[in-house]
Amino acid sequence: MNEPARRLSVIVLLLFLALMGSASWIQVLDAEELNQDPRNVRTLYREYGNFRGPIVVDGEAVVWSDPVDDPFNFQRTYADGPLYASATGFYSIVYGRSGLEQSENELLSGTADALFWTRLGNLFAGEQQQGASVETTLNGTLQRVAADQLGDRPGAVVALEPSTGEILAMVTSPTYDPAVLASHSTAEVNSAYEELVNQEDGPLVNRAIAGDTYPPGSTFKLVVSAAALESGYTPETELYAPEELELPGTSATIGNYLGEVCSPDDYMSLQDALRISCNTAFADLGMSLGWGVLERKATDFGWGEELDIPLPVTASRLPEDPNESQVAMSSIGQYNVRATPLQMAMVAAAIGNDGTLMRPYLVDTVRAPDLQVVSTTEPEVMRESMTRADSDDLTDMMVEVVNNGSGRGAQIAGVEVAGKTGTAETGRDTPPHAWFVSFAPADDPAIAIAVIIEESAGQSGSTGGTIAAPVAKAVMEEALRLDAEGDL
Amino acid sequence: MATVAELQVRAGRRAELGLLAVSWAIIVLARALVDYHADVLVLAELGWYALATGALMGGAHLLMRRYAANADPVLLPAVFALNGVGLAMIRRLDFAYAQYEGRDTSFGTTQIGWSIAGVALAMSVIFLLRDHRKLRRFTYTAGIVGLVLYLLPLVPGLGVEINGARIWISVLGRSLQPGEFAKIAMVVFFAGYLVTNRDTLTLAGPKFLGLRFPRPRDMGPLLVVWAAALLLMVYERDLGASLLFFGIFLGMLYVATQRISWVITGLALFAFGAVVAGIVFPHVRARYDGWLHALDADVYSSGTSYQLVGGMFGMASGGLFGTGLGEGRPDLVPYAESDFIIASLGEELGLTGLMAILALYLIIVQRAFRMSIGVRDGFGKLLAAGLGFALALQVFIVVGGVTRVIPLTGLTTPWLAYGGSSMLANWIVVGLLLRISDQARRSAQEVGP
Repeated sequence: MNEPARRLSVIVLLLFLALMGSASWIQVLDAEELNQDPRNVRTLYREYGNFRGPIVVDGEAVVWSDPVDDPFNFQRTYADGPLYASATGFYSIVYGRSGLEQSENELLSGTADALFWTRLGNLFAGEQQQGASVETTLNGTLQRVAADQLGDRPGAVVALEPSTGEILAMVTSPTYDPAVLASHSTAEVNSAYEELVNQEDGPLVNRAIAGDTYPPGSTFKLVVSAAALESGYTPETELYAPEELELPGTSATIGNYLGEVCSPDDYMSLQDALRISCNTAFADLGMSLGWGVLERKATDFGWGEELDIPLPVTASRLPEDPNESQVAMSSIGQYNVRATPLQMAMVAAAIGNDGTLMRPYLVDTVRAPDLQVVSTTEPEVMRESMTRADSDDLTDMMVEVVNNGSGRGAQIAGVEVAGKTGTAETGRDTPPHAWFVSFAPADDPAIAIAVIIEESAGQSGSTGGTIAAPVAKAVMEEALRLDAEGDL
Repeated sequence: MATVAELQVRAGRRAELGLLAVSWAIIVLARALVDYHADVLVLAELGWYALATGALMGGAHLLMRRYAANADPVLLPAVFALNGVGLAMIRRLDFAYAQYEGRDTSFGTTQIGWSIAGVALAMSVIFLLRDHRKLRRFTYTAGIVGLVLYLLPLVPGLGVEINGARIWISVLGRSLQPGEFAKIAMVVFFAGYLVTNRDTLTLAGPKFLGLRFPRPRDMGPLLVVWAAALLLMVYERDLGASLLFFGIFLGMLYVATQRISWVITGLALFAFGAVVAGIVFPHVRARYDGWLHALDADVYSSGTSYQLVGGMFGMASGGLFGTGLGEGRPDLVPYAESDFIIASLGEELGLTGLMAILALYLIIVQRAFRMSIGVRDGFGKLLAAGLGFALALQVFIVVGGVTRVIPLTGLTTPWLAYGGSSMLANWIVVGLLLRISDQARRSAQEVGP
């Protein structure tokens, strides 16, 4: 009976090898995937056990972790939570992460590859793992002014530094306080989240970059103007600007805002058409230029591209293969043209920056816990949107808009402001969205800005020029003041 | 006769003492780590624990010197180490339940009681049973006792159904798993029966399709026990025990008859049964689904694979070196102290720790096979191989279930998992193995130079 006993012991050995193999599979080979499974709450618990890095605005932490005496060890704390929620996002034991808390998670939690040596140091020093601090490009003062100006009206404000692409302000309204989702009580977090989700105006949506994109309305005429200038038009070129323009292939017509007449003789210059935002002139211009030209120009300004700032930005959209009448509608920023407020700020920034579009970014510097710089974002050219000469012409046209046109509400004493209003139709029974995009000073802008107030906050008869321009003006004024003091 | 000095060196009691010291250090250190991470480390208390375990292990060692001087020196230290690691883990889970769930459990303390009782039982076996061959006289008694033990949970008023399996009986307010003890009785019965009838089983009988089948009258008692036990499994819904029981039967039959045809027929029968059970019984099918599609969203959300996947998440978070005792969250898995103690250990001690634990089991099992080869009587051979194989198969079924090699079934992890019946029964197995090894090695010395 010795021989079969020996053989049986070999079979036992094989059985154990199978166990060891599968244990290795679970614990090492497949471990990464299992650890990243969203159903694996251990990963979250372990993260909370770490000293998570702060998120910094203007050299001061606006989000940080406080040690507490509960199973999670640290409480995520938000100073000015509602003000910075659009950038920071939330960090919740129940609903995961959003915003920078999500996109910079590996750095904040200290698990990023870039922090390997820091981790190793901590290990040898017997210290707890610490996350890196993430310094944003936001300017706290501008952010606050923009938020105050917008108030509780639903909409968004995005301000960029045209020469670098730094995002100076990113405000979305209504907003929420991430602190209510950072509670360590699942019940509290659940009820707070339920409340936010059930709120009809969607406070969790970041309208500046990721909401439902908006029809840009007349602000899109900047793109059409740029296309025209590139095609050989000059600001003085005469455009056909009738009172009503028939849409080819339909019985419908395009009129002007409130049925106004653009020009007594049905003709006006490109510059004047932009100044008073004449719909019929731009609709006709768009059809003459052809869809291909418009599409290419819009792409030059960034349409169709998803950005990582590092928050994911929804791509702004263009209609696919529109017919003649749809091209006419698209030329005045209606039909299926859609843009994020960030996209419109990028248009203003590119025009102000001599035609060069800088890639927008929100994270400036990442520092290890020992203050060593882990990474810095270098300004990067995203596109050459238009030639320098064309951008100078377009800038002059935009200055006219503010000085003598629809954008008078954004005039700043002693400074040339370049801007464009927009009043985008959203439906027969709802008030239009009020837009304003601008930059200042016109010759060498310190700031480019886009403002949208959804459905004109219910105020009928309002336009981009009357309600959005003053918001942009206040933020630009503050930016110019800071710039003069060297604080921008 | 060899000289006394020579005999002692060969007997290995000194090696046993050294190994016991190592395992004692592991046991005390594990407890110290658990207490330290739970912030309840009191040196005086730890000292008492060290003294008590030291005394228990030393006592066992002295008894071995007196009554089983030639027994295998590796077995006792290996089992003590497993038992001690289990105690530390269970104590650690008590702390976790209190900290995270506010549940006041005292599994750790209870388990210490069972461990002491287990060691005492193993020592009584060595003290009372001076020659394992005496057990052969009780072959049929063991068969009947085994059957009765398996039957007990079905007796109305005595049996208790817990979590869908009717494998417990309630005695004096405590629940017991008689199946753990029935396993030992069955091995004794198979050993006694097979050693008597192996010649007739091997040589006599009609030939059919190139295979020699035993005569019905030889096969009869075996078939009765086997079929009866399997039927009980269906009624008690204990798939793990059924698989274990059937595996032991096949393994021992093979050792006794050396006929691979039996094993093949048996495995084919079992595979057929497994497929049929999967079609007929919904609870069996659910087990298969939970195993094959554990990570699928619907299977997981239906709860079928919640425990299994929870254990895998735990083990994955432990990785190669583990989170460290007291640093993970093994309590997130249901029954982390019993069914899933292997996953708990994998999480906190890492793959490294799990490999060490598996290696300890493998050593114990291989020592048992070594005894089977070393001992001279056929009954002893079958008994040692049977006990060793039973142990190996039980570890394979439970660890394989947790690590997704086979479907998850409910069996206890010998010496590690929380539970009195399993602890007592498996210490009895240790006692029996030590007794056989004493015989095996003594006879080797008598034959030797």
